[in-house]
Amino acid sequence: MKSFRSNWLWRSLSLGATALLGGCDAIVLDPQGPIGIADKTILIDSLAIMLAIVVPTIAATFAFAWWFRASNARATYLPEFAYSGRIELIVWAIPLLVIMLLGGVAWIGSHDLDPAKPLASDTPPLEIQGVSLDWKWLFIYPNQRIASVNQLVVPAGVPIHFSLTSASVMNAFFIPQLGSMIYTMNGMTTQLNLRANAPGTFLGLSSHYSGDGFSDMHFDVQAVPAEQFAAWIDTARNTGPTLDAGSYAALSRQSINTSPFTFRAADPALFQQIITQQLPPGPGPQAGRPNQNVSPRTEH
Amino acid sequence: MLGKLTWAAIPFDQPIPLFAAAFVGVAIISILAWITLKGWLPYLWREWITSVDHKRIGIMYILLAMVMLLRGFSDAIMMRSQQALAFRSDGYLPPEHYDQIFSAHGTLMIFFVAMPFVIGLMNFVMPLQLGVRDVAFPTLNSVSLWLTATGALLVNISLVVGEFARTGWLPYPPLSEITYSPGVGVDYYLWSLQISGVGTLLTGVNFVTTILKIHAPGMTYMRMPIFCWTTLASNLLIVAAFPILTATLAMLLLDRYLGFHFFTNEAGGNVMMFMNLIWAWGHPEVYILILPAFGVFSEVISTFSGKPLFGYRSMVMATMAICILSFSVWLHHFFTMGAGADVNAIFGIASMIIAVPTGVKVFNWLFTMYGGRVVYSTPILWSIGFMVTFLIGGVTGVLLAVPPADFILHNSLFLVAHFHNVIIGGVLFGAFAGYTFWFPKAFGFRLHEGLGKASFWCWIIGFYVAFMPLYVLGLMGMTRRMQHYDVAAWRPWLLIAAGGAVIILAGIILQIAQLAVSIRRREELRDETGDPWNGRSLEWATPSPPPTFNFAVLPRVEGRDAYWAMKQRVRQQGRLSEEPAYTEIEMPRNSATGFICAFFATFMGFALIWHIWWLVALAALGAYATFVVFAWRDRVEYIIPADVVARIDRANRSARSDALIHVPGAP
Repeated sequence: MKSFRSNWLWRSLSLGATALLGGCDAIVLDPQGPIGIADKTILIDSLAIMLAIVVPTIAATFAFAWWFRASNARATYLPEFAYSGRIELIVWAIPLLVIMLLGGVAWIGSHDLDPAKPLASDTPPLEIQGVSLDWKWLFIYPNQRIASVNQLVVPAGVPIHFSLTSASVMNAFFIPQLGSMIYTMNGMTTQLNLRANAPGTFLGLSSHYSGDGFSDMHFDVQAVPAEQFAAWIDTARNTGPTLDAGSYAALSRQSINTSPFTFRAADPALFQQIITQQLPPGPGPQAGRPNQNVSPRTEH
Repeated sequence: MLGKLTWAAIPFDQPIPLFAAAFVGVAIISILAWITLKGWLPYLWREWITSVDHKRIGIMYILLAMVMLLRGFSDAIMMRSQQALAFRSDGYLPPEHYDQIFSAHGTLMIFFVAMPFVIGLMNFVMPLQLGVRDVAFPTLNSVSLWLTATGALLVNISLVVGEFARTGWLPYPPLSEITYSPGVGVDYYLWSLQISGVGTLLTGVNFVTTILKIHAPGMTYMRMPIFCWTTLASNLLIVAAFPILTATLAMLLLDRYLGFHFFTNEAGGNVMMFMNLIWAWGHPEVYILILPAFGVFSEVISTFSGKPLFGYRSMVMATMAICILSFSVWLHHFFTMGAGADVNAIFGIASMIIAVPTGVKVFNWLFTMYGGRVVYSTPILWSIGFMVTFLIGGVTGVLLAVPPADFILHNSLFLVAHFHNVIIGGVLFGAFAGYTFWFPKAFGFRLHEGLGKASFWCWIIGFYVAFMPLYVLGLMGMTRRMQHYDVAAWRPWLLIAAGGAVIILAGIILQIAQLAVSIRRREELRDETGDPWNGRSLEWATPSPPPTFNFAVLPRVEGRDAYWAMKQRVRQQGRLSEEPAYTEIEMPRNSATGFICAFFATFMGFALIWHIWWLVALAALGAYATFVVFAWRDRVEYIIPADVVARIDRANRSARSDALIHVPGAP
């Protein structure tokens, strides 16, 4: 009976969610990688566990409030009913049991889905170093020695290990369809492991407000087959500027809505220099102009 | 001479703030002119501005909250309309303006709407419920009020002189550091909160002392109305948490003003420390707000069900459990910082544990209605609306406490929907329930029921239409604080949400209409008995409005629901208790200390923001001198003669006697 009930709840929830949101691109509920799928499963499971108790409580609220209305002569009036040990036991036990169950889900989920935990895979992960700048994203492919701005190309099916930092203020790196987000902070590295199951184009964005140009800190994530990825690397190696301390300093100045482009060559030590602040943090707005207007948008 | 302040600080090129400010300016000047012409200024000064009466101070707190609600809500309307328009375009608010609006919206709504509203309710109600004549430190109470008003004033000055913070309502560094926010916006934020924060801390000290030290004879802890318990818990949290806020903001000020490196990128600063500290205050803060609201709902549900509160001991335990647990969960605000699985899991579970006492409270309210006779007046509508809405907000909150779920929902509009769900559905509904419930006690007449109910329905429908789409948008990957966006699928939901904001606006207009209509029809809404709702606690034993001294003779309390028991006894015996021997009463004298201190604090804050150092020194000296003068005053109290006390109390007794014994229509 119980399993039927939770099964039924789970299915109706999934169905309801799909019916309501499926038609409107609820991308968080349409994950395309193992981390996203696991995050979503925990989300739906936790919701189901809680709704099993909260929906009856809401129904009881309406029922009690309606039945015990003053005008209802058929309702019993118990003007001194203010204590019942049995009910007290139940009202403490129900939320406690629910939370014990959910706590277990949270404990196991937190460990399984620790963003720093490598994905189980036969293929070695692709290393990508991400840097949030004012107001764009820089992705360095240290082993391929190239870099891209506001554009992330990854091989489908291959685990990706992101090392992330910020050139200036805090941001958060988030690809909703691949799963977990994580903050980027200057002088620190955060780790994130993701994988795209199949080729596709996904929305990537900063999910932590970072100033006037924040709204344009989104990028396309293209998951492509391995050979296409290799071809993209080759193309990138033949076009664009090189990324070194000088071009990084130019990049770290504030700009909005930067069009995607790639760097032909990238210094693999650059990321380390950013973290250790050998390369200074982004300069922020020009000094002495407190009301500086960052519009109109600059194109890179 | 004027530090950084030049004509460039006034946004002559931006019509919206300029017109808004001009409108507010004209409104303030015309109200002041009207008051002066009518000759009400001495009355205002004597009876309100310098009053140290907890009831008057409570009313002024709530007035401040309501005026600021209008300002905060106009920010909300601007945000909703900007996002409705800004699909593949810039909308009508450029980022540097939009960013100020959402920062100001959050700051105003938390610090200058929610806080003064609940503090106002606690101020008005708690001493009456305890059966006493005032709070422990009446003048300090007035200082708290006026310092809060100073903070609100500074935030609003930033609308025209300079700018407000563009960092969000919690100024995370390094964005809020001088490198990335060189303007005065963050300084406005910091100084207004530092000044009002002192006021809030003093309130905490004052109320904790009052509850622990001053009650009517027989009012033991386990006989206190539950609202007093939640007030105690909330103020214990204020005393424990607000110093953290003050210290954190002080560190950020040192960074910005004196080149320190607490939270900077360089020289060993650590931004993660700011997040830890600000949320070590920030999470208790939400319980500072919600606990008094829980208290209001407990009083309202029990009164309008005609029953004592179910499971009083459980409620007290749950309240104090929340009070303690609220200090152990702050890390759930940044699960996505990469702290590691053990830390995230422990704080996730700790956050969920708070749902246990909260769930117990919901069940106890449910069983309070069980076997009751629920009278559908406006306060209970707010309460039932709250129970349902808060349950939904609780579910989404616990969902966000599961770290892997938070990893895909954090900072999204799902999160925004969640905290509005609990702050509007919990704190604000509680504030409105309390406002309607105790209004007749404060002014001697009830609020118009029909308009109150209409306003409730607009608010609750508007809330669902405005915020349910944000849950959906969060699941669609939309993050918060976006000035514009390119995703077509988000737009319909943002349009619906904007429609919801318009429905809420209708609710607010109806509330204003309700107040106006109620004042005009006050004679027919008059509360003659002092007990319009058949109340249970001691505030209903006083006339409406209560005299300055509240109780002619402190009531003797013999159990819970003290006034209910008194009424039972009177009905059984068919007569009131013996007339007491009236004696003269000593009450604290009015004091302008709070107002004058706040006057100087306003100038000091403004001067600090604009680096006008001579004015800082002058204003600080003025504020200090005011305190010295206050400390050296000789006459602290004045005497209300016994015959005046007797006259007022006899009138109250005869009203009671009419209501309780000579039932109209009975022989």
